[in-house]
Amino acid sequence: MLDLKLYNNPVKVTWCPGCGDYGILNAVKSALAQLEIYPHEVLFFSGIGCGSKLPDYVNAIAFTTIHGRALPIAMGAKLANHDLHVICITGDGDGYGIGGNHFLNILRRNPDVVHIAENNMVYGLTKGQYAPTSQRGFVTSTTPEGSIEIAFNPLTTAINGGATFVARGFSGDPKHLAKLIMAAIQHKGYALVDVLQPCVIYNKINTYDYYRERVYKLEEAGHDPADRSAAMQRAQEWGDRIPIGIVYQATGEPTYEDQVAALRAGPLAKRRLAPLGPEQAEALRREFF
Amino acid sequence: MTLRLAGEAGQGVESGGAGFAQALSHGGLWLHTYTEYMSRIRGGLNFFQIRVSDHPLWSHTEGTNILVAFSPEAVRDYGPHIVPGGALLHDEGLKFDHDAVARRGTQLFPMPLTKIAQEVGGNKIMMNTAGLGALAGIIEYPFEFVADVIKKNFKRKGDAVVEGNLKVAAEGYRIAQERYAASFDWKVSPLDARPHRMLINGNQALSVGAIAAGCRFMSGYPMTPASSILEFMASHARKYDIVVKQTEDEIAAICMAIGAGNAGARAMTATSGGGFSLMVEALGLAGMAEVPVVIVEAQRPGPSTGMPTKTEQGDLLFALFASQGEFPRIVLAPGTQEECFHAAARAFNLAEKWQCPVIVMTDFYLTTSMRTLLPSEFPIEHVTIDRGELLTSEQLDRLAGPYLRYKDTPSGISPRALPGHPKAVHQACSDEHDEYGHFEDEDAANRLKMAGKRMRKFRNIVEDLRAPTIYGPERAEVTLMGWGSSYGAMREAVDLLNARGVRANMLHFVDLWPFPEAKAAPLIEAARQLVAVEGNQTGQFAHLVRAMTGRRADRLVLRWDGRPLSPEYILATLEEAKVHA
Ligand SMILES: Cc1ncc(C[n+]2csc(CCOP(=O)(O)OP(=O)(O)O)c2C)c(N)n1
Repeated sequence: MLDLKLYNNPVKVTWCPGCGDYGILNAVKSALAQLEIYPHEVLFFSGIGCGSKLPDYVNAIAFTTIHGRALPIAMGAKLANHDLHVICITGDGDGYGIGGNHFLNILRRNPDVVHIAENNMVYGLTKGQYAPTSQRGFVTSTTPEGSIEIAFNPLTTAINGGATFVARGFSGDPKHLAKLIMAAIQHKGYALVDVLQPCVIYNKINTYDYYRERVYKLEEAGHDPADRSAAMQRAQEWGDRIPIGIVYQATGEPTYEDQVAALRAGPLAKRRLAPLGPEQAEALRREFF
Repeated sequence: MTLRLAGEAGQGVESGGAGFAQALSHGGLWLHTYTEYMSRIRGGLNFFQIRVSDHPLWSHTEGTNILVAFSPEAVRDYGPHIVPGGALLHDEGLKFDHDAVARRGTQLFPMPLTKIAQEVGGNKIMMNTAGLGALAGIIEYPFEFVADVIKKNFKRKGDAVVEGNLKVAAEGYRIAQERYAASFDWKVSPLDARPHRMLINGNQALSVGAIAAGCRFMSGYPMTPASSILEFMASHARKYDIVVKQTEDEIAAICMAIGAGNAGARAMTATSGGGFSLMVEALGLAGMAEVPVVIVEAQRPGPSTGMPTKTEQGDLLFALFASQGEFPRIVLAPGTQEECFHAAARAFNLAEKWQCPVIVMTDFYLTTSMRTLLPSEFPIEHVTIDRGELLTSEQLDRLAGPYLRYKDTPSGISPRALPGHPKAVHQACSDEHDEYGHFEDEDAANRLKMAGKRMRKFRNIVEDLRAPTIYGPERAEVTLMGWGSSYGAMREAVDLLNARGVRANMLHFVDLWPFPEAKAAPLIEAARQLVAVEGNQTGQFAHLVRAMTGRRADRLVLRWDGRPLSPEYILATLEEAKVHA
């Protein structure tokens, strides 16, 4: 176990007091420390939103990008240097709404990327509009009569879409969340950790208390994450009882990187860059003779 | 002379044309090919034309000496392009208005193409081979060159197919030569000197340049006329250690390239205007986070979906100014196939040196047109690879203070460290940030410092950029000024003008942005009559030149009907405007 202080940096955290993102930040640091991953061995990506500020608060390599686009940027980086751990932090609007197409497509590709989605079911940074994950009837400034859409379910979508690791955590239980993040990092392939994250300002429905009354741990309920149809059932459970833990995990699937010929000789970023030799150059020209 | 093959999609116009071009190229001849096709997979009307000469060519020209038509529409639409005394070669069964064609003074050369294909080759499908054989017979180009290409190109399909096509071509050749060679004035003979030459189009040349420059990553989403770059790179990925990824959209395409570029792989993406529109937000990210990335913008006529398989230079100002905010970017627009190679190779160096996006602009015409070129135009093994201020791990090991990703320096360039070194833990950031890369999106003084640093790069980049090339005599009466793919048409127009006694020259820009003002302004000011030649409706480059130098073009030669500028078009427009009357 590494010293947690290794991941501290002097940046002042700007989240609201009580924000669910604090629990996620602590869980992320704790997972890295427990897995003994040094700050220079992990590459964080995020989009834009309150939650997407997380990498700014961790001493690690990071790229905070634009709204909705962290996943493809992270995948490009993973393909350029697959020696690094890649962790992608998105909001629910960021990752499932504006970035929805990238979400659907990364599921099928299975790069070895961890995706932590801070799911507060509302748009925090833009001050409280409804989100794709908002529950039906959720009243916000842009849905004054309540949202008339059904909520997006990231878990069923991920399992259906081909994700090889799907988990749900609760930021009110950072210890449990850290365990999930560790499992996600250790999983070979795309790993989604959707995190129930109370927004204390704009979501007065899905609060800490709301979740504390409802969440139960899958590992204590005899759930087998390898059982896909059981996983689909658990993923649909919502209401009085809300499952947290590893919902689904498929092992032994090759990652995207494993299947790319050009990566067999090691990460692209570590190759020496030099002009082609005379024979290779001539062969390329000859293609056009 | 110009040979044109035309017919429906699926009739082998493109592949047959390319094969015939190879046969001519192997005879030492110089070619420029130009193709037009409709935006559909079967049917419609396509043509592939070959201009052939005993000296190097720069452009296509208007007018066809012989048209090989495989469909009635081909006769209807392209018959009028045949020059006086020229000929129409067609299957004897093809139905069209013979009188209308003959009235224009075109010779009709009917041939039993289908019959030859069926009786000699045993398959109607070989009728275009019969047509190509006949074409060679009429221009009396030695059959052996055609035979060699048939052997080479059909080898994969087995001996029977090769034999069949050879027999069909030979029969076409024999009959056509017997019947028509005597009445057709234009002949093509192989040259004595037949050095190996390349026959290559703009997209291929650009891809070769990218491979030569060590491009390690390409992501893209198919869009005409850029798709063939993605396809070329994919087909070469294994051999040259490149990761090539077709993405879900152009947003993902540029984002993956940015991710790869930031992590240390030379990365590019390629698209056309519509896809580039989707990339714009991420373009700004590359500007703000200072990530090297190469973006190819192969233009086609817009707005919106526009004319997908036609050409235009209508995206210039869009490429220069796309995105919110202000940041350095570099825009290059190669004028020829060989310049596509060099521009691609330079783009990767410029992107890494200045840590900014580099846009390479081409268009349908340049991407699809092939020219014969000496291999020495493609010095693949001699390209320079300059990664700019990229800290080595030894340098980082010795680093005394903290690593500042966005260090404020006199050049504006902050030395780059690739992710992975213990001393270089850092953040790249899309919000305004401090020198560490941490969010600082409130403070005014920091904003001035960091935005100032980025713009300092912009002002310094121009030192690395090149003046326009000049062609033609000094102290000309008329100076043509253009950018990108109009190079060839302008150059041949200059030759034609001088041959007619009009002293003309040209200024051609590849390096467009930052505008090389100090190098270009004196040349522009020296022009007596300045004529801007552009493939767009509004004279975008003329606007730019006026904004940057104060000089207003005296005339505009613009073309925006989806067709490329040609020497004749330029001359005709000048005549209309009485520029040298
Ligand atoms: C292209 C674009 N559109 C809109 C925005 C404004 N914007 C910033 S964050 C955000 C949504 C935030 O919600 P979410 O992703 O759920 O993250 P949270 O703030 O709740 O953590 C929006 C719409 C933006 N930055 N970029």
